[in-house]
Amino acid sequence: MTFEYAPAPESRAIVDIKPSYGLFINGEFVDGNGTSFKTVNPATEEVLAEVAEASDADVDEAVKAARRAYTRVWSRMSGAERAKYLYRIARIIQERGRELAVLESIDNGKPIKESRDVDVPIVAAHFFYYAGWADKLQYSGYGSTPLGVAGQVIPWNFPLMMLAWKIAPALACGNTVVLKPAETTPLTALLFAEICQQADLPPGVVNIVTGAGDTGRAIVSHPDVDKVAFTGSTEVGKAIARAVAGSDKKVTLELGGKAANIVFDDAPLDQAVEGIVNGIFFNQGHVCCAGSRLLVQESVADEVMARLKRRMATLRVGDPLDKNTDVGAINSAEQLAKIRELSEIGESEGAERWSAPCDLPANGYWFAPTVFTGVSQAHRIAREEIFGPVLSVLTFRTPSEAIEKANNTPFGLSAGVWTDKGSRILSMANRLRAGVVWANTFNKFDPTSPFGGYKESGYGREGGRHGLEGYLKNTEKGADA
Amino acid sequence: MSRIDVRKTYKLYIGGQFPRSESGRSYVVNDAKGRLLANAAQASRKDARDAVVAARAAFGGWSGKTAYNRAQVVYRIAEVLEGRREQFEAELRAAEGVTPARARSYVDASIDRLVWYAGWADKITQVVGNANPVAGPYFNLSTPEPSGVIAVVAPRGPLLGLVSVVAPLIITGNTVVVIASQDNPLTAITLGEVMATSDLPGGVVNVLTGSQTEIAPWLASHMDVNGIDLTGVEDAELATELEVAAADNLKRVRRPAPDTDWLAEPGLDRMTQFLETKTVWHPIGV
Repeated sequence: MTFEYAPAPESRAIVDIKPSYGLFINGEFVDGNGTSFKTVNPATEEVLAEVAEASDADVDEAVKAARRAYTRVWSRMSGAERAKYLYRIARIIQERGRELAVLESIDNGKPIKESRDVDVPIVAAHFFYYAGWADKLQYSGYGSTPLGVAGQVIPWNFPLMMLAWKIAPALACGNTVVLKPAETTPLTALLFAEICQQADLPPGVVNIVTGAGDTGRAIVSHPDVDKVAFTGSTEVGKAIARAVAGSDKKVTLELGGKAANIVFDDAPLDQAVEGIVNGIFFNQGHVCCAGSRLLVQESVADEVMARLKRRMATLRVGDPLDKNTDVGAINSAEQLAKIRELSEIGESEGAERWSAPCDLPANGYWFAPTVFTGVSQAHRIAREEIFGPVLSVLTFRTPSEAIEKANNTPFGLSAGVWTDKGSRILSMANRLRAGVVWANTFNKFDPTSPFGGYKESGYGREGGRHGLEGYLKNTEKGADA
Repeated sequence: MSRIDVRKTYKLYIGGQFPRSESGRSYVVNDAKGRLLANAAQASRKDARDAVVAARAAFGGWSGKTAYNRAQVVYRIAEVLEGRREQFEAELRAAEGVTPARARSYVDASIDRLVWYAGWADKITQVVGNANPVAGPYFNLSTPEPSGVIAVVAPRGPLLGLVSVVAPLIITGNTVVVIASQDNPLTAITLGEVMATSDLPGGVVNVLTGSQTEIAPWLASHMDVNGIDLTGVEDAELATELEVAAADNLKRVRRPAPDTDWLAEPGLDRMTQFLETKTVWHPIGV
């Protein structure tokens, strides 16, 4: 028996998308000196707005505004007063939560279920959490001296959440920011700029400059930027690490991943299957910590695969604004091409491809949830980050083999373990070289919980007390800031 | 007629052994007055790569030991150093031309620093780790773990400088390939003798002597090195080149610190800079 779902669309009437957007510098929207680019709805390919592309001169203006605000206002304000601004922002995010969620789904393509129930609540919680740190930094273990101006560049997969992860701790610690949202998802950052205005945040404390790679490079290499925070690809992360070499800039990088999700034969299989699905199909697999390599113990591999395929067949792919949608649109034509290319390579290298049967809309960028079996460690789909709804399945026999395969990657962002045996969970968690280990769960995030990688997944942590370190100056004698 | 000394051959310290440089090269090391002290081994790229292999091989065992055990081993280094203090004082006087009182103060501080760091082994997790109160029914714990194999360019202080950069790395479970001070390399090898007789497993600390500009770039670009400490790099241009090379696999980089006062009590940052934070989640239920 199959269930039919009636359409349950969330209304778009709550959002007011302007035909064009400028840059948010020194508390005001300005035209900028550069060209402009279009942002589209990836579910329909409809052009949503023209957005200014910040030039080097615009970035310089933004950094100057941030420096002025830092010197004259923000670094002189007491932590308690800074906290109140951040609490205000958190509250306005909650008040305008539905508007933010709908806009995020329109610009990004993610299901409204996720933007409404995951992204926006975490964004508000993140500001609320770091607001409370602003007047308690002396207890943090990292001192209470801000760095100055933070240049921040964020990706398109969680536009507003990544903005919150960057801006909330920076402001709490007394820094001012110049932030660039991704070129395919600028709209919620620009709505956040309006929220800063509503909160009466002093001009220049937050500056939002839109643009692509060149704008990002201008921010990162600007001589008056004291701190660089980047979330995105490992390739760009390495370029940033090279660009800041020899400077005094402090850097945190949150980069790619190829997480192993390890399922043992004693795991509660229904829960594990939910975890596998959540691990790779949440947010269309556009997740740096996605569980993109399933390592399943050989003795239960057939059973897990049967259950997984049955479950995948029930995933509802389609209109991101439909409240029943599980998997939305791929964020851009470019990303879709990359997912298709790697999937084709998977097939040509000999892995077996299976996609859930589903009708994909005619317009927009879509990719059916896909699983590859018979994958070996040498296959590119087992080594490279696909950043899409594509799962590679490998098998193992012993815990040591699972560890060896799981750690056999230059990345080290996250990992999952599914087993009923407590001592095995702890031993696996100890031996996995990854910054976040989810045991009998996956893809959980919280403002109090530090997030970040080992090895080529980057350095520094975002979230929790640890997240303050990247925004405070180490004033210990002889310390390397 | 007076007795003829039996002089020591200074070699490298790699994987718990004391091999010569595979290159067969050595270089002259003079004392403070310009008189010959000894020939030191001049390590090559191959020696550096061998040292990384030894350090990687030692990492699993060393990082897997209990913190209590690592503390006892590092404390043991202090004990053995104390027992050989006269040799080190004599070496420092000869190499650096310092007064007996100054040499004694460096040895005192080196021993005390080892004891200080030894005590951190089973405390650093408590100080920098966290239980995180997430908004949901989950156990959530963040703990520090060593980054892996760390390359170190040691500063000039042949004993205190070296101890001050190596001890904080190994106490947390990292393994180390250290390029000793180019001008004063001999004490580093003598310290290797101390470490080799202190229950420190072979490969946890590997000491190379020779040219910083020749060896450091190979370590900075080595894809199986997880971090690099540039403390002893005095040439700013070289430091930038090394930091650029280190980006190839996103090594954790500690930038140069030319004016460090090694007699001052250190903070935590020499340990924390080469620690990763691992956060483990588990549902809480019945």
